[in-house]
Amino acid sequence: MSDRDIRKAVRHVNQNEGLIFERSSPGKKGYRLPPLDVPEVDYKKALGTAARADLGSMPEVSEMEIIRHFTRLSTWNYAIDLGMYPLGSCTMKYNARVNEVVARFPGLANAHPFQSADVSQGAMRVMKTLSDCLLDITGMDAITLQPAAGAHGEMTGILLMHAYLQSKGNPRKKILIPDSAHGTNPATAAICGYAVENLKSNSRGMVDVSALAAQMNEDVAGLMLTNPNTLGIFEQEIHKIAEILHQKGGLLYMDGANMNALVGKTRPGDFGVDVMHLNLHKTFSTPHGGGGPGSGPVACKKILEPFLPKPVIVEKADGTLAFDYDRPKSVGRVRMFYGNFGMHVRALAYIMANGPDGLRQTTEDAVLNANYIRKKLEGDYDLPYQSPSMHEVVFSDHIQEQKGVKTGDVAKRLIDYGFHPYTVSFPLVVHGAIMIEPTESESLEELDLLVDAMKSIAREAEDDPEMVRNAPHTTRVKRLDETAAARKPILRWRPAATKTAAE
Amino acid sequence: MQRGPDSVLQTAKESISSLKIQLLHKRQDSKQMAYPKDYKYTKEHEWLQVKGNTGLVGITDHAQESLGDIVFVELPKVGSHMEVGKSFGTVESVKAVSELYAPASGKVIEINESLNQGPEAINKDAHGAWMVKLELSDPKQADALMPADDYEKYIAEEK
Amino acid sequence: MRYLPKSPADRAQMLREIGCKSVDDLFAPIPAEYRLNRDLKVPRQMAESEIIDYFQERAGSNAAGFALFLGAGAYHHYRPVVIDAMVSRGEFLTSYTPYQAEIAQGTLQAIFEFQTMVCELTGMEVANASMYDGSTGAAEAMLMAVRVTGRKAAVVARSVHPEYREVMHTYTQHQGLPITEFAFLENGRVDMADLEKKITSDTACVLIQSPNFFGTIEDVAAVADLVHKKGALLVVSIAEALSLGIVKPPVEADIVSMETQSFGVPLGYGGPYAGVMATKEKFVRQMPGRLVGETRDKDGKRGFVLTLSTREQHIRREKATSNICTNQALIATMATIYMTIYGREGLKELAAQNLAKATYAANELAKKGKILFPGSPRFNEFVVQTKADPFEINRRLQAKKIIGGFPLKWQYPELGNAAVWCCTELNSKEQIDAAVQVVGQ
Repeated sequence: MSDRDIRKAVRHVNQNEGLIFERSSPGKKGYRLPPLDVPEVDYKKALGTAARADLGSMPEVSEMEIIRHFTRLSTWNYAIDLGMYPLGSCTMKYNARVNEVVARFPGLANAHPFQSADVSQGAMRVMKTLSDCLLDITGMDAITLQPAAGAHGEMTGILLMHAYLQSKGNPRKKILIPDSAHGTNPATAAICGYAVENLKSNSRGMVDVSALAAQMNEDVAGLMLTNPNTLGIFEQEIHKIAEILHQKGGLLYMDGANMNALVGKTRPGDFGVDVMHLNLHKTFSTPHGGGGPGSGPVACKKILEPFLPKPVIVEKADGTLAFDYDRPKSVGRVRMFYGNFGMHVRALAYIMANGPDGLRQTTEDAVLNANYIRKKLEGDYDLPYQSPSMHEVVFSDHIQEQKGVKTGDVAKRLIDYGFHPYTVSFPLVVHGAIMIEPTESESLEELDLLVDAMKSIAREAEDDPEMVRNAPHTTRVKRLDETAAARKPILRWRPAATKTAAE
Repeated sequence: MQRGPDSVLQTAKESISSLKIQLLHKRQDSKQMAYPKDYKYTKEHEWLQVKGNTGLVGITDHAQESLGDIVFVELPKVGSHMEVGKSFGTVESVKAVSELYAPASGKVIEINESLNQGPEAINKDAHGAWMVKLELSDPKQADALMPADDYEKYIAEEK
Repeated sequence: MRYLPKSPADRAQMLREIGCKSVDDLFAPIPAEYRLNRDLKVPRQMAESEIIDYFQERAGSNAAGFALFLGAGAYHHYRPVVIDAMVSRGEFLTSYTPYQAEIAQGTLQAIFEFQTMVCELTGMEVANASMYDGSTGAAEAMLMAVRVTGRKAAVVARSVHPEYREVMHTYTQHQGLPITEFAFLENGRVDMADLEKKITSDTACVLIQSPNFFGTIEDVAAVADLVHKKGALLVVSIAEALSLGIVKPPVEADIVSMETQSFGVPLGYGGPYAGVMATKEKFVRQMPGRLVGETRDKDGKRGFVLTLSTREQHIRREKATSNICTNQALIATMATIYMTIYGREGLKELAAQNLAKATYAANELAKKGKILFPGSPRFNEFVVQTKADPFEINRRLQAKKIIGGFPLKWQYPELGNAAVWCCTELNSKEQIDAAVQVVGQ
């Protein structure tokens, strides 16, 4: 176990910060309100039977404790700011700090969504400018910024397809989804009332075009396709795919999760896509924040525009902006207000920091990085598909499996080397998938560190598989018992002396 | 019991496969779990024990082994009807869900409530941890199922 | 480009090692006819200072610094500086969904604390790690009720936020789930007689909002009694979470869907906010969204993991409880920190201040117009009916740098010249008096 001590992130093994409730005691305060400048109201009297007795176990702590508590918790997280986060399909790129600063400007951060348009022109202009940028980037005709995340965008996009087909007389019954797709795709189709039909990949890891032709008929509303797909492979026959769908009256939906491989190099609108979503938290660098918020704008072709969620932002003759609510064909709202506006601000700031040249270079670097890793690790790890890689590369644990070391084990061992694991066991079409997406944000030095770590783990899997299987060895907690967590779920803290009577 | 590509995440497959490897190692030391001769087996890895007009249903040792640590079982309501070949519930591990398919038709007269609190019983003794007791519509349906020897051959081929 | 950590020499070396002549080789898989051979039409590359200037200008043309009397689903409350100090830490800001529990304990524990606090506040037994917002959370709560009951219809109060109701309609339209609406009374509360008429044996759930869109606090217990007698579930939607500082939690509900924006989340022109769903333990397997659970590592140390994941799309795919993946984790963390800062006493004190301000404002505005829906308890919102058109009043207010209440004419024409006003701890007596004066002109 020579490499046991390799680590980059500072650990806090001696810290045993408890739950905030365990720090609480009556009378401690982390706030002070200003004096009330209007007559006091006795809420128990005013609310009567609707008044609350007390707030149970809500914490009572001082400001100093709050700062320490959350600061300590934060140090138990890995983050892009600490090092490479090669999660395939998740696009963990640098989150620029200027984006955070501008999103907090009072005029934007304190704007109420219902304040009138004449005092919201700045916010609306941000949305309009971002929309225009995204339209040129995707090559589409119309867009909504309302969806709050990628899956929410998928739902919006499929609803657009449904409404369009309905307007043609028949919404149809099925959506085709390749076997390599994200789980959100079939879940989305189901929410929109469609049955899901699986579409097989061919030996090159792409859509089997003849299978598609055989499966396509008047019952099929369309295909949900990720391009480049989840193997990091560009669907080279994309125009044929679109043609097959269009010939039978179906539509092509593109899951834009991997749009960062295409920005400035090619446009989905040009290669036949009818509707797609973008993940601003992937391609356009808004922070993931430990799982969200995201933002999932949906861009579409002219034919789908009448069905966009309302309201739609419009520019009036005098150059001012307004929301158009008069959209009789709209699929309706998918979210209250106008979407995750704070993410729109950040995404636009990112686009401005890049400009056309920066966006193109970004895409090129992302693809260059993935191909560099592919070249360096080929041989040490099995490469199931030989087709060229775009922004990510998918290996498998086939070689390591001979020694009983699985992709999940290699991933956990990578933590000991100071990296966040790659994406484990996805896409489903690769047994034991090792899915690496470096993004453009990694320097040559950082890439070489990852390559060295992966090569070292490959050796360890040969020499000491048991050690790899028990990784990580350097984290604050060891592998956690997920089985116990699921069998007897403990989903909230309770005070030691359970006050059952009071609850 | 059947794990379709739809219902199983690959990570789950990984944990299943790694479990298999551990179990294979174990097997060299311990004897393989016997498949009771008086049970009948389905291709989806359920077993059926017929006693007169009633039948007990569970999943096989092979099934629990490939699924891994079972954390939850969803069973039908007492009094409901099960149709041969149709799904009557689900069994879950941490990262996989599998449908349960009825080996025979009948009315559910009892369910094994203890599995709600202790689903691990299936991992410990799959052939003892019955899930539902059926009043069989047609006990002869069992004739269509595999006897123990055939089932063992079947799972050997499946590997 | 300043975000890209590579020199031209690095790129050349990497291309050499890959065996490519130029980076174009790497894009060869894209058919030539679809390659973009021009610059994108986006703004030119800007310096940081230019970006700051650009957004400062945009921010300046919004209503910054105006006195605000708008609520209606988005509430202006003071945000303690500790919140941004904490969530700006890169370890929270730039981390991913905590799938790798060993190096995500910070996010996981914070979310576990969030779940606990939401349970305490709402009186429910379990809460999830967040939904997109209150509107989508309410829609998902209805779909959850369908899964729990096996019934296929819903009844929704007309006093629920109009945009929430629109979202519910969008979510349910292809699920074969008809929504019937029921009326409200002169006192602002739901019309129980109308509700009783509209619940059928197909009704999976009844959804009410409390405080409702008019600010009226509903009699949740009475509604629950009726709903449960009919075998349906009661979903309570809460748009103004701070109300729970002094308002009795809806313990009689089966599902609570709450918007947590009031807890330290900027108004931000409508988002990002964070919804959360809470329910009874027995329904947890039908609840959508991520859940964090407590467990131990192999040394027996307490730790937290994402759990009960088999409900979710990445495992159950088209049979999942929802398609939700990305949620609002950082916003939930903001809310957690906010709830920690104010805590057991502060939330009560703060809510009481909101009540006092709204009560004062309502009393003053009653002299200039009519306060609708008397006789029922309210929190920090109320409806004022005036002789003049509320849009016209708002124009006059705006001239004085005051943003007035939300006119109800579009959504509730029967209420005439009415608007729903909101007062929080941020509205000074001076602001209120100034607004009242303009309304009375």
